[in-house]
Amino acid sequence: MLMNLFKFKGGVKPPTNKTQSLGLSIAQAPLPSKLVVPLHQSIGGTPRPVVQAGDKVLKGQLIGEADGWISAAVHAPTSGTVLEVAMHVQPHPSGLDAMCVVIEPDGKDEWIARQPVDYQALTPEQVREGLQQAGVVGLGGAVFPTHGKLTASKTVPMDELVINGAECEPFITCDDLLMRERAEEVVRGIGVFRDLLQPKKVLIGIEDNKPEAAAAMRAAVDALGEPFLVVQVPTLYPAGGAKQLIRVLTGKEVPASKRSTDLGVQCFNVATAYTAWRAIAHGEPVVSRLVTVTGNVGEPRNYEVLIGTPMGELLQLAQPQPDTDGIVMGGPMMGFLVPDAKVPVVKATNCLIAHSERLFPPKAPEMPCIRCGACAQACPHELQPFEMYWFSRAKNFGKTQEYHIFDCIECGCCSFVCPSRIPLVQYFRFAKSEIWARERDKNAAEGAKARFEFKQLRDEREKAEKAEKLAKAAAAQAAKKAAEAAAAAAAEASPTAPDSAAAATQVQASAATVEATATPAVDAEKEAKKAAIAAAMARAKAQREAVQPKNTEQLSAVQQREQAEIEARRQAAHLTDPAQAEPAAPASEKTD
Amino acid sequence: MDILLAIAIMALGAVVLGAALGFASIKFKVEGDPLVEKIEAILPQTQCGQCGFPGCKPYAEAIAKGDVDINLCPPGGMEGVAKLADLLGREVKPLDAEEKPKQIAIIDENTCIGCTLCIQACPVDAIVGAAKQMHTIITPLCTGCELCLPPCPVECIRMEAITENIDNWKWKYPVVEIKAAPLQKAA
Amino acid sequence: MSHYLFILVGAVLVNNVVLVKILGLCPFMGVSKKLETAYGMGAATTFVLTMATGASYIIDHYLLMPFGLEYLRTLSFIVTIAAIVQLTEMVIAKTSPTLQQTLGIYLPLITTNCAVLGVPLLNIANGYNFVESLLFGAGSAVGFSLVLILFAGIRERIEGADVPVYFRGVAIAMITAGLMALAFMGFAGLDKYQ
Repeated sequence: MLMNLFKFKGGVKPPTNKTQSLGLSIAQAPLPSKLVVPLHQSIGGTPRPVVQAGDKVLKGQLIGEADGWISAAVHAPTSGTVLEVAMHVQPHPSGLDAMCVVIEPDGKDEWIARQPVDYQALTPEQVREGLQQAGVVGLGGAVFPTHGKLTASKTVPMDELVINGAECEPFITCDDLLMRERAEEVVRGIGVFRDLLQPKKVLIGIEDNKPEAAAAMRAAVDALGEPFLVVQVPTLYPAGGAKQLIRVLTGKEVPASKRSTDLGVQCFNVATAYTAWRAIAHGEPVVSRLVTVTGNVGEPRNYEVLIGTPMGELLQLAQPQPDTDGIVMGGPMMGFLVPDAKVPVVKATNCLIAHSERLFPPKAPEMPCIRCGACAQACPHELQPFEMYWFSRAKNFGKTQEYHIFDCIECGCCSFVCPSRIPLVQYFRFAKSEIWARERDKNAAEGAKARFEFKQLRDEREKAEKAEKLAKAAAAQAAKKAAEAAAAAAAEASPTAPDSAAAATQVQASAATVEATATPAVDAEKEAKKAAIAAAMARAKAQREAVQPKNTEQLSAVQQREQAEIEARRQAAHLTDPAQAEPAAPASEKTD
Repeated sequence: MDILLAIAIMALGAVVLGAALGFASIKFKVEGDPLVEKIEAILPQTQCGQCGFPGCKPYAEAIAKGDVDINLCPPGGMEGVAKLADLLGREVKPLDAEEKPKQIAIIDENTCIGCTLCIQACPVDAIVGAAKQMHTIITPLCTGCELCLPPCPVECIRMEAITENIDNWKWKYPVVEIKAAPLQKAA
Repeated sequence: MSHYLFILVGAVLVNNVVLVKILGLCPFMGVSKKLETAYGMGAATTFVLTMATGASYIIDHYLLMPFGLEYLRTLSFIVTIAAIVQLTEMVIAKTSPTLQQTLGIYLPLITTNCAVLGVPLLNIANGYNFVESLLFGAGSAVGFSLVLILFAGIRERIEGADVPVYFRGVAIAMITAGLMALAFMGFAGLDKYQ
């Protein structure tokens, strides 16, 4: 297995504490009293609930429908009755509630009809959609919907597919055990990813403190005759970060602003590959996952746990010590204390650590930064945490971005080495979420502005259209009336005939002048105004025209002649007043 | 004689410099005001008119001209005032009105009679509905400007503050807990 | 040639117009809150100061001295400087309205920046010729920009520091300026090797 490995700068070596939970094989956790399944378990859109309180569900039945492409479906972890669809506290540092489906198990654990598929007979689109429907998400902790990562970049050829079995965080052993015991299915799952992405190479990175896992994976790869490379990488936190592992195995650096496929590389966790294979070959959606239960417990062990199992109940299986005072979800470097023992296990839960002051003594108070630079040496992303800290602390967020705060992966190396015990990562999280909030506000404001401007434009346009319509109608009417008048006059052959003909031509002439003045006007606003003016003028004419010859048919010839005469005189004297058109449009005021 | 010469020379200088400046003022004439756009980018675009101008852009224009104070925008809050002060090099002033938490409008759909008045009032097209049909507010688009409240004939619109949820939750500023040291008992 | 170098180095570092001669303190304190504005102010002042030294030399030597009107120096220099500043402001308004806004009142106030008037007067007092005057003017301007930018950088960092409440703002800035002036004393004698 000769391979040139690359290095990333920095990194730390915290005590691994992995052996405690490696002694026993994976155990199936018993059915809990009830399951609280959050609908939002992956990055992206929140799935819509498709069940109601009182519904009977079977294991693997869809309960939350994916909302949009970046979103993954959620399924009932066991058979039973839906008690409620309601807000429950989440395994999230905020301790806030979110929509959950609460299921009371009936104890039968009865599956829906599982339909294994032959993925090679399907198009890649169908496979991706199948994975979305099965709720397959990245189980390394980021829970990004897997199907969204299975499209190669159109412009950059896929060079490497990196499979992450590094598991660098202390205490956690669930991936280790998975590779030891279920290597074959993991490798088959990797095969699916390989077929979808068509990379040139597949590299499986495993930290060199897991020789058994590496051996098992190698055996499985050989047994299945796959050309995958199992690479042992040096044990160094955070070698299991996707970007770090990509760097170690391929030498490529993925900046925050780019996707890894843009560099021709993609990374998946081993557990993701496993669940993908279960979904395809067994028709089983993701309803359970491996969770390491360790820390201040009598019997640390890995359990296969149904999603939605309350963490407190799971912890009881491992016999927590009496001085346990909390549960940490995730490892000691990146994990957080869950707000309540009632919170459920979710797809992102890879480890529960029983917390006690003996195991994790409280940190001494924060001291001032002495700019020793230890954090910069430890940072695996070659950032300058002390600078980012300075500006995050001063809430100077623009400067933090200048120091590339969004390249920070919050691995906690800087906080780990800080001699002043400054919780650097907390400052960075604070700064990041503030920047995001601002970004959200800004986008909302921009959207509001665009809609406001569009509304104004629309109002304007509607006004113009209305005016135009009226103008057209009026012009048509005017033309008709003028023609009628001319015809009437011609029929009578009276001496005033030329006058009324002149009136008709004047209508046309005025329309023409309006037209002429309108042509040089370029922008829509002027156009609209002109149109309004033209409309008003035409309306004025039309009204005048419409007013007088109303009942000409019934008039005697003398009267008609008289009227025509008066009309002609009025025309000549320009007595026609635009104010006559008053109710038609206020725009007529602008004619002068 | 001397004094006349001095006056003549100064006058000459004044004429030359004046001509140069006059030429420059034509040559470097500024058209439009790009500053307005920068100011407008800071304003929250609620189009609420609480500043006394019909929308954010007119207010931005007025600020750029220097006609009005920068503290007239309640939705922008003190943060907005601070940003404007920073951009324009003016003093930060306390907000001219009370700062309110961000709100959105909610239509009580049972009471709504479908008069479409609120739809016409909404500056950002965040209300959907048709005549004699129930209306509703597209929550993510609502800017909380309250302009839809007065026209409603049945008063079925109310404002609700946006509460914190998992999607808009923010990490808090790290605070060091200060614990009182246990008192040492005098022996 | 080294003579010119000494004038330049002397003007930039040794006899720094702000920290040693204590001229032009108004913009030094006023526009040093942000690095960006400091760059703008530095560039504007450099331009004005260099132009002003050149122009005032010409006026002094070809207009005032032949007619024995030296007593009009201050007056005519101020007028010239004012005109140059106006010109600069127009150019800035055209090219960067934000900079114009952020510089605010300090931009027209370059007119009354004592450094800008002081340097041409010092030129005459030192009896410099045209090239020397220009070098001294440019050197002083660069020195002004240098300390202004350095100072703005420091102040930006101080923004994030835990300054005791009563020292916040201008007070700590004054202390910083004092420390900077002390540091610049270290350059003394650098222009004496002749």
